[in-house]
Amino acid sequence: MNNPFYAMNRPILEIKNLHAGVEGKQILKGVDLTINAGEVHAVMGPNGSGKSTLAAVLAGRDGYEVTEGQAIYCGKDLLDLDPEERAREGVFLAFQYPIEIPGVNTTYFLKAALNEIRKHKGEPELDAMEFLSLVKEKMKILHMPEDFLKRSVNDGFSGGEKKRNEIFQMAVLEPKLAVLDETDSGLDIDALKVVSEGVNRLKHADNAQLVITHYQRLLNFIVPDFVHVLVNGRVVKSGGKELALELEEKGYDWILHGELQPA
Amino acid sequence: MIETKQRQDTATADPYSRQFERFVEPDAGKQPSWLFPLRKAGIARFAELGFPTLKDEDWRFTNVAPLAKLPFKPVFDSGVNGVTPETLSKFTFANLSGPRLVFVNGHFVKELSAIGAQPNGVRVLNLAAALTSDSGRLEQHLGRYVRIDAAAFAALNTAFFQDGAFIHVAAGVTVPEPIRLLFISTGRGPGATTHPRNLIIAEKQSRLTVIESYICTADTAYFTNGVTELVAGDDAVVEHLKFQDESLDAFHIATLHGQFGRHSRVNAHSFALGARLSRTNIHTDLAGEGLECVLNGLYLTKGEQLADHHMIVEHAQPRCASHEYFNGILEDKSRGVFHGRIYVHPVAQKTDAKQTNKNILLSDAAVVDTKPQLEIYADDVKCTHGATIGQLDEDSVYYLRSRGIGLDTARQMLIHAFAGEIIDRVKCEAAREELDKLIWERLEQNPHLAEKK
Repeated sequence: MNNPFYAMNRPILEIKNLHAGVEGKQILKGVDLTINAGEVHAVMGPNGSGKSTLAAVLAGRDGYEVTEGQAIYCGKDLLDLDPEERAREGVFLAFQYPIEIPGVNTTYFLKAALNEIRKHKGEPELDAMEFLSLVKEKMKILHMPEDFLKRSVNDGFSGGEKKRNEIFQMAVLEPKLAVLDETDSGLDIDALKVVSEGVNRLKHADNAQLVITHYQRLLNFIVPDFVHVLVNGRVVKSGGKELALELEEKGYDWILHGELQPA
Repeated sequence: MIETKQRQDTATADPYSRQFERFVEPDAGKQPSWLFPLRKAGIARFAELGFPTLKDEDWRFTNVAPLAKLPFKPVFDSGVNGVTPETLSKFTFANLSGPRLVFVNGHFVKELSAIGAQPNGVRVLNLAAALTSDSGRLEQHLGRYVRIDAAAFAALNTAFFQDGAFIHVAAGVTVPEPIRLLFISTGRGPGATTHPRNLIIAEKQSRLTVIESYICTADTAYFTNGVTELVAGDDAVVEHLKFQDESLDAFHIATLHGQFGRHSRVNAHSFALGARLSRTNIHTDLAGEGLECVLNGLYLTKGEQLADHHMIVEHAQPRCASHEYFNGILEDKSRGVFHGRIYVHPVAQKTDAKQTNKNILLSDAAVVDTKPQLEIYADDVKCTHGATIGQLDEDSVYYLRSRGIGLDTARQMLIHAFAGEIIDRVKCEAAREELDKLIWERLEQNPHLAEKK
């Protein structure tokens, strides 16, 4: 992983024929998707298409069963790793509904997480002072409230604020693969701009982002290199950022009942 | 008037009556004359009631038969028994500043105590001495609050108590630093019994913090049977913290009876970490309008420990708020018992009563019995109660892991947070910090074996 040429040679994420379900119900029915370093991919789709299931499976959530196919992350079998191992390898999921954890201090939690990741990479762990100077700058970019670090994780924040908190965590943990699960839902336009700026600043030639969204609006701010349309558990169409605009104009019906039918 | 019934197990009471005749009666002359009738009533009542059994509703889940079987050996000598200043320095709260009264095996030890200069209007001394110096005030208050008619252990304490603390704060006076009472048992053999008795009076508009610690220097099956009467006058602000870390072979029964006046604010905390069997009875009379009372407790049990909290909150006046928060963390085969009774008198309109008991079971064999009991006789009130018994929240564990935190560490963090909910309610900052440190250490001591994941 320290090989600087690695990113150029191998994709960050290769999803091949992924089939997955929950409680016996098949939801993903053969997803194929490849993400290379430096790319931003958007996955759009109507409700029930499998967007959240895809995010959950990539993040190692309990309760989902993969019945066929693979997800290879930087050459490793992602589905074989525990959630914490995935995080330490550089995978980050910004949750659609981040939970509150009263009593667990944000600084304590985030510093512990960052240090686990640093330890895994063979980097020295940060002490309290070093951690605070690292986060200070990132707090400004995302307009975090002053008392944020003293509060419990997500405690007392609105839905939109919690989404922003997720992006703040992402800024601190600097993942190689960031999966944003409907990050835009519940955000007003100003919050959307702040969050998008945060995400865009983290873009790098060495990392990649998978933006899962229902609406096109977010993609005005986080501009994708590739757009994939997920329908009925499969990617039915892929294209550039114009595809998102076309979808917005014509609606999901265009794909469901129009020219393109799921195979 | 709340009544509880108790079945008789009077055969077990006989050795106690005999000890009373041998050791307490002869000393009657040395103590104020008003005291002996109180003691006699105590032993008489105990002889009638005997130890509670499992047939008694209030003791249904808490079996004190092993305690009843112990030889009853009240400790009469007041020696230091090996406790040195160095020993003291190792106990929790040792390094707090403020007056400190130390009792070894139930007897006040002046050399180990440090009271220091107190503001005018503050009396802090041991009860045995106060029986002489403050007899008038003691006669007015001692035994006037705690009810022994249905409480065998309180009755026994009243018969046998030798010493404890007497604290009196005059109207309008603030005691700036917490007063610490340390009750140390040195393991004088099975059945060694002490009956600490405390009387704490905070007159109107006074402010006071008291910390009662029950600790030991040796592991034996001793028995601590304590009673504290706590009176808070109108507008008084009182924080009372009971910290119990007795030997894992010992028995600890404690009764706190509080009577609080109008607009007073009382926070009473109970931290139960030790003892083979501990039972804390808290009975609060909310006797003035518009007061606020918070009852806050944490019990950590492992092995075969049992920690029992029985609460009675009596709303006797309108517009009072009582909030109970009790959390338990149970491992191995240990047991927790929580019984929260709230009694709202017809006149107590606009009562705001809340009761929450949450338990985390870290093993399949741990058991909790939790029972709310609301008796509401007023019609304009807000009363809520809730109890949970379960494991750590799975979504929270997953969220922490998704950020790189390992499963065991994630569980530790959540268990600490759960204990932290209770610790965070302690207002005295110095005490809160000590508790935080100690409880983290205790929780770390046991590997909270994660389920297969």
